[in-house]
Amino acid sequence: MERVAIVGASMTRFGQRDAWVRELLAEAGAAALDDAGVDGDDLDHLYVSNMASGEFEGQTGVPNALAHDLAAQPAYTARIDQTSSSGGAGVYAAWQSVASGASDLTMLVGGEKMTHRTTSEATDVIASLTHPVEYKQGVTLPSFAGLTARLYLDEYDAPRESLGKVAVKNHENGVDNPHAQFRKEVDLDTVLDSPIVADPLRLYDFCPITDGSAALVFCPESVAEEYAPDGNYAVISGIGGATDTHVVHERADPTTMGGVVDSSDIAYEMAGIGPDDVDVAELHDMFTILEFLQSEDLGFFEKGEGWKAVEEGVTDRDGDLPINTSGGLKSKGHPLGASGVAQVYEIFKQVTGDAGPRQVEADTGLACNVGGFGNCVTTTILEGSQ
Amino acid sequence: MSDHESDDATGSDEQEGGNGDEPTFEAAEYADGTVTHPPHTVSPNGAERVGTVDLREREGRVVTWTTSTATPPGVREPNTLAIVEFEMGDDYDGPPVRALGQIAERGEPGGSGGAADADGGEQFDVDIGDRVEPVYADELREPGAGIREPESQDWDGFRFRPVK
Repeated sequence: MERVAIVGASMTRFGQRDAWVRELLAEAGAAALDDAGVDGDDLDHLYVSNMASGEFEGQTGVPNALAHDLAAQPAYTARIDQTSSSGGAGVYAAWQSVASGASDLTMLVGGEKMTHRTTSEATDVIASLTHPVEYKQGVTLPSFAGLTARLYLDEYDAPRESLGKVAVKNHENGVDNPHAQFRKEVDLDTVLDSPIVADPLRLYDFCPITDGSAALVFCPESVAEEYAPDGNYAVISGIGGATDTHVVHERADPTTMGGVVDSSDIAYEMAGIGPDDVDVAELHDMFTILEFLQSEDLGFFEKGEGWKAVEEGVTDRDGDLPINTSGGLKSKGHPLGASGVAQVYEIFKQVTGDAGPRQVEADTGLACNVGGFGNCVTTTILEGSQ
Repeated sequence: MSDHESDDATGSDEQEGGNGDEPTFEAAEYADGTVTHPPHTVSPNGAERVGTVDLREREGRVVTWTTSTATPPGVREPNTLAIVEFEMGDDYDGPPVRALGQIAERGEPGGSGGAADADGGEQFDVDIGDRVEPVYADELREPGAGIREPESQDWDGFRFRPVK
C-alpha cells in the first residue's frame, strides 16, 4: 500500500460569508491547487465533503459543479456525507484513493453554507440525523451535549468552570488564526454568565453556525517532492474510521465515545505509535464537553481526568499537549463539511512548521473529526517529512 | 423471556402507538435475551428479534437531564429532556434499557396535551437518580414544522413524570 502525502492545503475565512457553497468550494479548491502547483485537469479524483447543501440552499450535485468550476474534468468525483464528520470521511476517501493506486493525484474540498438559515432551522437540519424516537422528542445536538455534560460533571466530580476554560483556551488560540470566525478572547466570567442553551451548558460552550471551506491535495509519498520541491510535506501515517450507535441513549457509557476509541486504535496501530507520541491535536469541540470526552477516549488522559488537564494548562498552546491551536470549532467556526478538512489543514501546518504565531513543536499531530454525537468518527495522524 | 410481554417474532415497525386501542411504549426483545428501545432488526450482539416489550407500565430512573432553551421548529420551548433507565426486573441481565424523553408538564392529565397546547407549560423538576414513569402524549412535536417529512414517522409518544 502506498504511503500518502499531503502536498497542498488551503482554507477560506470561516464566518458569515456572502458566497454560496459552490463559490466557497471553488475558493478553497483553487487555492489548494495553487499551493500544490497543479491545475484542475491534473487531478485524477476530486472529492467534496458536504453534509447538507441540498437542505441548506437547494444546491445538489456539488462535486460535478466544482469539477467544472476548476476545469478538473474528467476527474472522478464524489460527495462524501457523514454529517459533521464529512470532512474526516473525505480525508479517509482521499487517502484510500491514493493508497490503493486508483489515483495519483486527489483533491478533497470540504464546505458548507449555513448562516443564511436561522439558528432554529440550522439546528433542525443537523438534528435530522437523529433516530425518529429522538427527533420527535425535539432533541438537538446541543441538548445531547447538555445531557452528557451534566452526567460527566456528576460522575467525575468536575467543576462547571472547567468546561468554561475550554472555551477560554480555544478563543485565545483563535485570535492568532486569520481564518477563524471569532478572533477575540473571552474571559471565564463571560462564558459562565452567558445565556443557558442546554443546561448546564451556556452559549459560549457551543460553536457558532458558520460558512466556509477547506481543501487538501494528496499524492503518493514517492512523488511528493514533485509537488513540494523543498521536501516539506506531511504524510498520513495513520488513519481510522469507526461508528458508534445511532441512538445515543443505547451506549453503555454515555460519557464514552466508542467511535473515537475504535478509530484512534486503528490509526495508532497503523502509525505504529501511541497517544503519548502525539505532539499536537485538533479535536471536535463542537461543544466544550466534547474536548474532555475525546481527549480521554483518544488515550491522552485517563477517563474522567480530561478536565484536570485543561485546569492545569496541559492543553494550552504552550502546554505539554496543545489541543486546538487553530481555535477549534469553538472559535474558528464549524461549517459542517469543511471542519474535518480544516482540522487536518491545521495539523498539516503544524507538522510542516508553517503555522505562524500558532506554531508549536510538533513532528506528529492528530485530528479527530466527529459526526452526530459521536456516531461516526475519523481519526487522522500526520507526520512531517522533515 | 422472564416477565416480559411478547408477541410476534417479526415485530412492528411502530415505535409508539401500537396496533391496539392502548398506545404502547415499544421495545424489542431478541433471542439472546436483550431488550432495546427503540427496536432494531437485530440485537446489539446480532441476535434475531423474537418479540416486543411494552415499557409503558415500568418505572425508571433519570440517568441525566437537560433543559434546552433553543429548540427547533415545532418543539416546545423550553424543552426538558431526560435519559431514563428502566427497571427491568431481577431476571433481566442484558444491557441497560433506556429511553430519551421529554419531561411531562404539571397538570398534564396523564396523557393529553400535544406540542401546541403544551407550549410554555411548566415542566416537572427532575434530577439524576429520580424515579419517573412514562406518560402518553398524542403529539410530542408539531408534524411538518421541522425538516422531516411528516408522514415518515409517528409524532406521539411518551414523556416522563416523577413518581409520587
